[in-house]
Amino acid sequence: MALLEVENLQTHFRTPDGGVNRAVDGLSFSVEAGETVAIVGESGCGKSVTSMSILRLIPEPPGKIAGAIRFNGRDLLKLSDREMRAIRGNEISMIFQEPMTSLNPVLTIGQQIGEALRLHQGMSRSQAEAKAVEMLTLVGIPAPARRVKEYPHQLSGGMRQRVMIAIALACNPKLLIADEPTTALDVTIQAQILDLMRDLKRTVGAAIVLITHDLGVVAEVAERVIVMYAGRKVEEAKVEELFRAPKHPYTQGLLGAVPKLGSSLTGETERLAEIPGLVPSLKQRIDYCVFAGRCPYATDLCREVTPALEEKAPGHVAACHYAVKEAVAA
Amino acid sequence: MFAYIVRRVLATIPVMAIVALFVFSLLYIAPGDPAAVIAGDQATPADVERIRASLGLDRPYLIRFGEWVWRILQGDLGTSIFTNLPVTRMIAQRIEPTLSLMVVTLGLAIAIAVPLGVIAAWKSGSWIDRLVMVFSVLNFSVPVFVVGYLLAYYFALQLDWFPVQGYTPISEGVGRWLQNLVLPAVALGGGYTALIARITRATMLEVLQQDYIRTARAKGAGQRTVLFLHALKNAAVPIVTVIGIGVALLIGGAVVTESVFAIPGLGRLTVDAILRRDYPVIQGVILLFSFAYVLVNLLIDLSYTLFDPRIRY
Amino acid sequence: MSTTILPPGAVSPKSVAKAAPMPDILATRSPPKGFVGYLWRHPTIAVGGFLLLVMLFIAVFAPWLWTKDPTALAPVMRTRNPSAAAWFGTDMLGRDVYSRVLYGARVSLIVGFGVAFFSSVIGLFIGLVSGFVRWADSIIMRIMDGLMSIPSILLAIALMALTRGSVGNVILAITVAEIPRVSRLVRGVVLSLREQPYVDAAIASGTRTPVIIWRHILPNTLAPMTVQATYICAAAMIAEAILSFIGAGTPPIIPSWGNIMAEGRALWQVKPYIVFFPAIFLSITVLAVNLLGDGLRDSLDPRLAKRV
Repeated sequence: MALLEVENLQTHFRTPDGGVNRAVDGLSFSVEAGETVAIVGESGCGKSVTSMSILRLIPEPPGKIAGAIRFNGRDLLKLSDREMRAIRGNEISMIFQEPMTSLNPVLTIGQQIGEALRLHQGMSRSQAEAKAVEMLTLVGIPAPARRVKEYPHQLSGGMRQRVMIAIALACNPKLLIADEPTTALDVTIQAQILDLMRDLKRTVGAAIVLITHDLGVVAEVAERVIVMYAGRKVEEAKVEELFRAPKHPYTQGLLGAVPKLGSSLTGETERLAEIPGLVPSLKQRIDYCVFAGRCPYATDLCREVTPALEEKAPGHVAACHYAVKEAVAA
Repeated sequence: MFAYIVRRVLATIPVMAIVALFVFSLLYIAPGDPAAVIAGDQATPADVERIRASLGLDRPYLIRFGEWVWRILQGDLGTSIFTNLPVTRMIAQRIEPTLSLMVVTLGLAIAIAVPLGVIAAWKSGSWIDRLVMVFSVLNFSVPVFVVGYLLAYYFALQLDWFPVQGYTPISEGVGRWLQNLVLPAVALGGGYTALIARITRATMLEVLQQDYIRTARAKGAGQRTVLFLHALKNAAVPIVTVIGIGVALLIGGAVVTESVFAIPGLGRLTVDAILRRDYPVIQGVILLFSFAYVLVNLLIDLSYTLFDPRIRY
Repeated sequence: MSTTILPPGAVSPKSVAKAAPMPDILATRSPPKGFVGYLWRHPTIAVGGFLLLVMLFIAVFAPWLWTKDPTALAPVMRTRNPSAAAWFGTDMLGRDVYSRVLYGARVSLIVGFGVAFFSSVIGLFIGLVSGFVRWADSIIMRIMDGLMSIPSILLAIALMALTRGSVGNVILAITVAEIPRVSRLVRGVVLSLREQPYVDAAIASGTRTPVIIWRHILPNTLAPMTVQATYICAAAMIAEAILSFIGAGTPPIIPSWGNIMAEGRALWQVKPYIVFFPAIFLSITVLAVNLLGDGLRDSLDPRLAKRV
């Protein structure tokens, strides 16, 4: 049994003018224990909404979540608020994109790291503070005993993201969701944070769902990749396989002409090739291929029939009528 | 920090000077002849002249102002035209009921308004939010004295739960003191409560959108912790500011509330002074209230450091 | 499909794999459009506007709404309870409360609109001067700070104590107390607009100040000022009632809601209706204006809507 199984996840929002925004529409994927899975796509494709949906952090209303999110076999969507709270920050925790604004400006670092410990492990105030110092040491913050008493505005962006990671890891979660953890940081800091996450993954052993638009990050950290477009999964494969032989025209567009594995390590920065056209409005129902409007190969078939996700090569699925099928066993 | 406090206190001096100048100058800028207005319709020309002299209107403006400020600095607010008593003594006799009324109202209003605003923001868009908004707009729309009469009619005359009117000094027992103040405080505090509830709701709505609230939820914090620890502390500065600004509502409302409930405070003193055209008394009361208001807001300003560690002086 | 470009190496699919369509989990709604839609989205404007129109109608057509002379004394008919002859009863001088209340709408609305108008115009002027004339700014703002430190009702009371009671003086007294709020608002708008690159560019390229005010400042001031003016209108009507109620307002001969209530004060424990009928009308009118203000604020500036 997989650690996390997301099945037909739909997260829709009611818009102020009475319409419906189908931010995530029928997404399925799974994450094994200890595995790192990346979800990639352009902004607005539903990556962040997916991560927020897993922890049920979507405000309802105006949002609504349907489908199933099974964590260790329990459907999170069926849990009570109290049961859900016991999972958040404890078994599943999350790192957010904006370290500058994700920490509470009026509470000390120690209070913020200690909160999860006191909630989930029943620690006393002093125990929690001691553990907070330990966590700060773990994420490589110098002078942790002094830092726990400080406020977020006294820390740099990179430091704050380290604090966020310390908060997320405080209770030894089984699953860590990292939503663009490095996007808001300087390039040098980005590398440090990625290194830190890789180290911690080894020591802590948590599964990671990494949400990102940066394929360089994906290549360095992830084992499996899910490509999302307009609220749906369009392709999924092992990372080497996806970079070697992308099946979906959208993925091909994302990777540009010559995908190279680990190029950001060698100093060649992977640039997202421009894909002409705009992401379709999610306010309209799209009952055909969501990428048809921007796809250089789109045919009438694409504009009429929604392609199903098909296994195009072993362990490699894509939702495209025309994607080349390699020899698939049975 | 200390230097800041000193600077801030010094900064109130020009404001108070302008208040004093304005209150003093009203006698000169009011349309028509204030001496004749104060003397009343039946006054003889000699009466009018006597009042003109007693107000000092026959002497040059600047000299008069200088004398007036000098006397105020020595604690002399002038003499009542009607009773011939020093205005400071008349104020001293009336200050306890007004202060009691305001303190009780302030406490009651904050205790009701802040939780109400927090809940409205949390349940934004729900029936409870609408109810809070309706309650607040109603409170803004019904004058204090109407609320006062309604409350007195129902809870005092019909149900006989509280005394209809009057005031008992706190020295005669806190219970009786409070019993007399409940209805006036509820009447007076309506608009003030609505104001605080609204700003609480609005600020909380904004704070609840912030990323750090999402972080708190992602940690598994319960609703109450999120609202009252993570959010309310961040919303505190605007709320406290409005609590200070709104004291003006309480001061204005006290004048009316005291006449409805026959409370012998500064408000009653003002209303009586208006009816007798006793301008020195009105002047004294306005000056006192305005200075008190400036002081309250100074204290509020200085309290910001308690709520937000980013504010350092 | 003869000229189709296919992905490199692809052939047309032999069988089409069609994905199962996802059901909608939220129903779409289609709210009404146009003016009706506007009112639908801003019900406070609809309700407030309607109530205010009713009050305006009453004020304008008071003489034809089955009223009597609101000042006619009838000593034999004193303090009669509401009946078919006198719908809202009579006061202690035998005057018809219904007629007085209907005519009272005139005073309240005149004071409300008058104060809103004059304080907006004067406040706009002071705010513009303060926003554009650097040396005057600190002086004006000090004065405004001082004025705002005097609780507005007390300021109006002081002014009224020194003048003879008349509707004009009431409007003047309340206007003086409301001016600082408008001028601060306008000054704030001017200062924030001056930071805008396009205004900056206009100033740098030598556009004359009046042109800048006309083209850039006024259009941006209009929305917040309209909202502010409605709130001032509501506050002024309450202030008028309070002033009249404590004997510092319009002369007792004029049937204003505050005066009717002031006269009913002595008898309120036995004849509460004399106070409550004008109170209901006053509250409804102020409520109407406040609702209108809330609605306008939400509809004119969604950013402002989040504030109080």
